Amino acid sequence: MIGLVHYLLVAAMLFVIGLYGVLTKRNIVAILMSIELMLNAVNINLVAFSRFINPELLLGQAFVVFTITVAAAEVAVGLALVFRVYHDHDTVHIDKLNGMRW
Amino acid sequence: MDELVYTIAFYVLAAITIASAIGVVTKTNLVHSALLLALCFIGISGLYVLLQADFLAAVQILIYGGAVAVLIVLGIMLTQRSKMNDTNRDIGQGKGVGIICGLFMALMIIVIATTPWHYSTSMVPQDTPSMIAQLLLSHYMVAFEAASVLLLVGMMGAITLAKGGSRE
Repeated sequence: MIGLVHYLLVAAMLFVIGLYGVLTKRNIVAILMSIELMLNAVNINLVAFSRFINPELLLGQAFVVFTITVAAAEVAVGLALVFRVYHDHDTVHIDKLNGMRW
Repeated sequence: MDELVYTIAFYVLAAITIASAIGVVTKTNLVHSALLLALCFIGISGLYVLLQADFLAAVQILIYGGAVAVLIVLGIMLTQRSKMNDTNRDIGQGKGVGIICGLFMALMIIVIATTPWHYSTSMVPQDTPSMIAQLLLSHYMVAFEAASVLLLVGMMGAITLAKGGSRE
């Protein structure tokens, strides 16, 4: 019997994988992709809670619509920033973008 | 029988999702990572179908599998000048970060396993899109309008950033 716990575990694994990617990757686009993984893990959690805790209200699903909206705006602005950084510094590797290092 | 099919479908979709997510963070070719990311999004939309969120499954494929994946591939193509091999290296400290992530995962498992969940026995309504639409246009009207303003501002900001101001 597949229950809420299974979905929460899948979402937790997805979140941890995304966290690992954010912390280890050196390419800005790869970091954006890992952030997308983490956002999707949160969406799975919201839909699973909506399905198993109070299915008749659909509040979790309505919330996921807003999350997807914010994520889409985040990707658009993030990639525009990446283009800008690439145009100004000729690189997207964060090791070389150390102008604000202490 | 129905139960068995549901269980198999869940494990297959979960395996596709997790395996392609691991591929996203371990592949050294950035384009392979982006394509596996699209596969991961499609697996997640399958999980939404299993959770009886049919509208969100369609939205997931349209926005994530379509728009976001294509946008990221475009971003890769515009910011890589030479060959794609070895464009997605990670830092040498993968082991330490892995230990931290493993500890976080263990913490999450403990929290999920020990929390007493209050399950509901009622069913999901058949017509989810119209119910979501009623929620968005009545109770969450203000948030809905704010989201539309956010999209507009995000679009304008993206255009301004990508276009770039004049240097002088």
